[in-house]
Amino acid sequence: MTFLILTFSLIAFSSVSYLVCRNRVLYKIKVTKTASKSLPKHYSQNLLIWSFVPAFILLLLLTIGTPRLLDGLYSERIAEAHPHFSLAEIQLNLSKVKNIVAGAVSSDEDSVNIIAGEFASSSQNFEILKSLSTILLCMLCSIIFIKNIDLSKNARESVENFLQGAFLVAAIFAILTTVAIIVSLSVEAIRFFSLYNFFDFIFGLHWAPNIAIREDQVAAQGSFGMIPVLLGTIVVATIAMFVALPIGLFSAIYLAEFASKPVRDIIKPILEILAGIPTVVYGYFAALTAAPFFRDLGAGLGISVSSESAIAAGSVMGIMIIPFISSLSDDVIRSVPQSLRDGSYGLGATQAETITKVVLPAALPGLVGAFLLAVSRAIGETMIVVMAAGLSAKLTVNPLETVTTVTVQIVSLLTGDTEFDDIKTLSAFGLGLALFTFTLLLNVLALTISRRLAERYD
Amino acid sequence: MNKDKRLKKRHAREKRLKFYGITSICIALMMLFTLLSSITLNGYTAMQQAYIPLKIIVPGEKLLNSDGEVDAQKALLFNWDSKVKKAFRTNFPEVKSRSDKKELNRLISSNSGYDVKQFFIKNVDAFDNERVIWITASDDVDQYLKGRFNTNISEEDRRLTNKQLNWIDRMRSEGLVKLKFNKNFFTSADSREPESSGILGAVVGSALTMFVTVLLSLPLAVMASIYLEYFAKPSRLTDFIEVNINNLAAVPSIVFGLLGLSLFLSFFGLPRSVPLVGGMVLALMTIPTVIIATRASIRAVPPSIKDAALGLGASKMQAAFHHVVPLAMPGILTGTIIGIAQALGESAPLLMIGMVAFIIDVPSSFTSPATALPVQIFMWADSAERAFYERSSLAIMFLVVFLIMVNLVAVILRRKFEKKW
Amino acid sequence: MKNKFETENVVVHYGTKIAIDNISLNIEANNITSLIGPSGCGKSTFLRCLNRMNDTIDGCSVSGKLLLDNEDIYSDEIDPVDLRAKVGMVFQKPNPFPKSIFENIAYGPKIHGLAKSKAELNDIVLQSLERAGLIDEVRDRLHDSATGLSGGQQQRICIARAIAVNPEVILMDEPCSALDPIATAVIEELLDQLSKDFTIVIVTHSMAQAARVSTKTAFFHLGKLVEFGETQKIFTNPEEEKTQNYITGRIG
Repeated sequence: MTFLILTFSLIAFSSVSYLVCRNRVLYKIKVTKTASKSLPKHYSQNLLIWSFVPAFILLLLLTIGTPRLLDGLYSERIAEAHPHFSLAEIQLNLSKVKNIVAGAVSSDEDSVNIIAGEFASSSQNFEILKSLSTILLCMLCSIIFIKNIDLSKNARESVENFLQGAFLVAAIFAILTTVAIIVSLSVEAIRFFSLYNFFDFIFGLHWAPNIAIREDQVAAQGSFGMIPVLLGTIVVATIAMFVALPIGLFSAIYLAEFASKPVRDIIKPILEILAGIPTVVYGYFAALTAAPFFRDLGAGLGISVSSESAIAAGSVMGIMIIPFISSLSDDVIRSVPQSLRDGSYGLGATQAETITKVVLPAALPGLVGAFLLAVSRAIGETMIVVMAAGLSAKLTVNPLETVTTVTVQIVSLLTGDTEFDDIKTLSAFGLGLALFTFTLLLNVLALTISRRLAERYD
Repeated sequence: MNKDKRLKKRHAREKRLKFYGITSICIALMMLFTLLSSITLNGYTAMQQAYIPLKIIVPGEKLLNSDGEVDAQKALLFNWDSKVKKAFRTNFPEVKSRSDKKELNRLISSNSGYDVKQFFIKNVDAFDNERVIWITASDDVDQYLKGRFNTNISEEDRRLTNKQLNWIDRMRSEGLVKLKFNKNFFTSADSREPESSGILGAVVGSALTMFVTVLLSLPLAVMASIYLEYFAKPSRLTDFIEVNINNLAAVPSIVFGLLGLSLFLSFFGLPRSVPLVGGMVLALMTIPTVIIATRASIRAVPPSIKDAALGLGASKMQAAFHHVVPLAMPGILTGTIIGIAQALGESAPLLMIGMVAFIIDVPSSFTSPATALPVQIFMWADSAERAFYERSSLAIMFLVVFLIMVNLVAVILRRKFEKKW
Repeated sequence: MKNKFETENVVVHYGTKIAIDNISLNIEANNITSLIGPSGCGKSTFLRCLNRMNDTIDGCSVSGKLLLDNEDIYSDEIDPVDLRAKVGMVFQKPNPFPKSIFENIAYGPKIHGLAKSKAELNDIVLQSLERAGLIDEVRDRLHDSATGLSGGQQQRICIARAIAVNPEVILMDEPCSALDPIATAVIEELLDQLSKDFTIVIVTHSMAQAARVSTKTAFFHLGKLVEFGETQKIFTNPEEEKTQNYITGRIG
């Protein structure tokens, strides 16, 4: 809460100094009777940057830093008071202290209450320190800046340089996100691999995170061979692509080549609606409509179909991917130049011949790209499988049986009440890293292939 | 003639291809129809809820303090549940045995004591008079009245016994239970009891989350787009940034959830289950989408406009902000709306950062525990009780209608402001 | 000489806009006829009527009489696919398919089933390349991509591709406008050769080209046919003042 209040006060202070600066510049121009290098508003904008940005950065740093500093200080304090405590006990005590401070619980242990009191007062002190220092920095910067206004300097340029720098930072943000993903997944995954053999994870045929294989095992509480999970993912994704690819591709061909404009104008938005439906809705449909449907259908035919069958999850996932494939393919097909179609018609080819022998081969790289992106999406899709696929990892490719997927396992490992350093939790990051790697490869491959197409016809 | 035959065959092939296309589109449309209709059929009944009229007198002396206000301490100690149950049982004077009474009590919601208490706290002048209050029936009664209760299975496996079913039938014929508009669904947050649960908490949670998402993603995405379209020189860095953006747009959403979990929660120590973190994670996910849309609309503005501004001595920054960005604004907004709509329907990353908790209160700030509408749908669909499915469907209907409307706005915006250069 | 095409009162609309208005024109067999005129005068539109390429454009409607060998090409019995096999077309910009040279030429014969065997197809391809005067340049790289050739070669691939179907007429829509003068000269020479076997109709914006290659010339202006006659007469002694103005560069 203090963060928001402080942010608003910083904005208020900066605005005041903006006005002050503006007046000062106008006054200076009047007194010295010299033209300024830039417009008065540029000097004030420059001031605004200088008064707000450093103080805001300081505020951010302090807001992120203080809780950690307090944690560090008070774990030491607890360790001093109870020298025999283990690390976990210290953590437990610390969170108890924090809960007391927040008023969530009360304790009758005196020692805890004393520490809680100290904690409360020092966190209050830190808050005061934070407020004072940021606002002081804001004012200080403003005053120094207003004092040193130099009308012969090009203020517009410095404002624009600052903005350009800020824009660059925003653009680099994309790289930072990727780096953050890779680092955070890798760090946790490496911790997992220090507890569990890397090759056993990659090539293991048994996935059972909850069961100990042998009584005397020390580190591992379960078995983490990812092959069955991977196989399940592949089964579901394959079913999805079997549904989505033909329907999506033929829809795209019809829309791009045969449909008249009014038909196109109606069908395209409807397909976009299909694309805009949240995945949780498809999951609901898969779990409560499709799965019973397949089970009853199987029962009618005398085949046993699991009530969490791969085919239910896969086919609903396929429905979800249809609009994705059709809109990507539609774009790709329409990007094939009309001159190629004319050339084919001019030789007396029918429309179907033109499409299958000229347009589709020319669009092939883009279509392959779209296909790969769709596969990447199917592999990473979470909600449908969480709701409609099972949890048990069987080594099977039978679509009528229950299978589990990478995403299902990640969700089930991380949504329970597990501790953060638990091997089960860490194994989820191992799976996450595998998932990210697969989809990264698919995406980069898809982008490279499609880019080649774009270059050919630009 | 051979040639004619061949020509016929070629045209047949053409018709076949066309047929495949039409069939595919029909299948896709049929699927959409099946999806929406099955959800509607499941969900529309949740607009109504079984209510039971209760004649009740609460003595004011036991609860009011000297100022004529409800005394909090007294209200806490007063046994509302038994009051309500007794009032309910007056309709069944023949029920005497303990076990029968227990069975009868199960027909009303276990939250009705609380509901009645809330009613009296709000209406102080209602004390001491006989009042008729409509309390919610239990979810089993509700489902039975809606014809969703399977009576064909043996009595032991049912949640309602034959005796209870007879009582309900009698209540129905005497007007002692009625389906009325389901107010709870719109005014309350989640609850253990289906009949008292609602979507308000999830809707507010989603709104808070989206606010954070827009606040973070829109400026960052617009700034990055302007940089890439205006200032970036073709270099390795620029190339690398582009590859990153295109890849991030296709990274599975759950990976962003993992990032949020390990970066925001475990590294920065931000609290679990809060809209602030949810919004940050969804912003990371949305930024690439918005950047791609924004760049496309900036590129659609002809370079001649920028050149004209530069020719008048404007700086690049001025050319961008005075001319190009305003012209590209409709496209930028459309892209943002579509990105936000996508984020609004997203649930997987929110599961990772704990926004899947059971939360009874409507969230009041960015740092109070909350859930989001899609996650609420997930939790209800995953629960064991039949009555929750119905609510899940209705919640889906609201979410989907809202998303379609949002997308429509985006389409209209695009059509209206689309300029042909 | 025998007339290949006879057209009478041809009117073409694009939506509500009239593109060409009331054109009547006969085209002689085994001859080169040029259509000239300033851009937007409807000469390309008229050309595209002759093999019904206009069918592929939305909102385009054609009325009037267009006869090919005394058969109405816009009647319901005529299949545009069949018609285009008889009346081939070469376009303004070279548009080889992104396939090998061989595949480009073999495409037409394949779809029309002109070759009974692989060897026969091979023969057709080589013959067509030869007739297009390209064989020596591409003999060794028949299976390389056609898009890797120079512009002039690409255009001759397109001509060879049209020849391979063995059409009666070849329509050319400004075939040299995207080419350099040397490639243009090669193609003009080729046209001369081809006119022995095919009826050729060529749209060109270059008056010099029309004068060099064609025996008959039609001058279009604002969607109307202004003058039609022997090329020599049109260029030296036109009857209409508009034609005179155009060939001397006063309108264009």
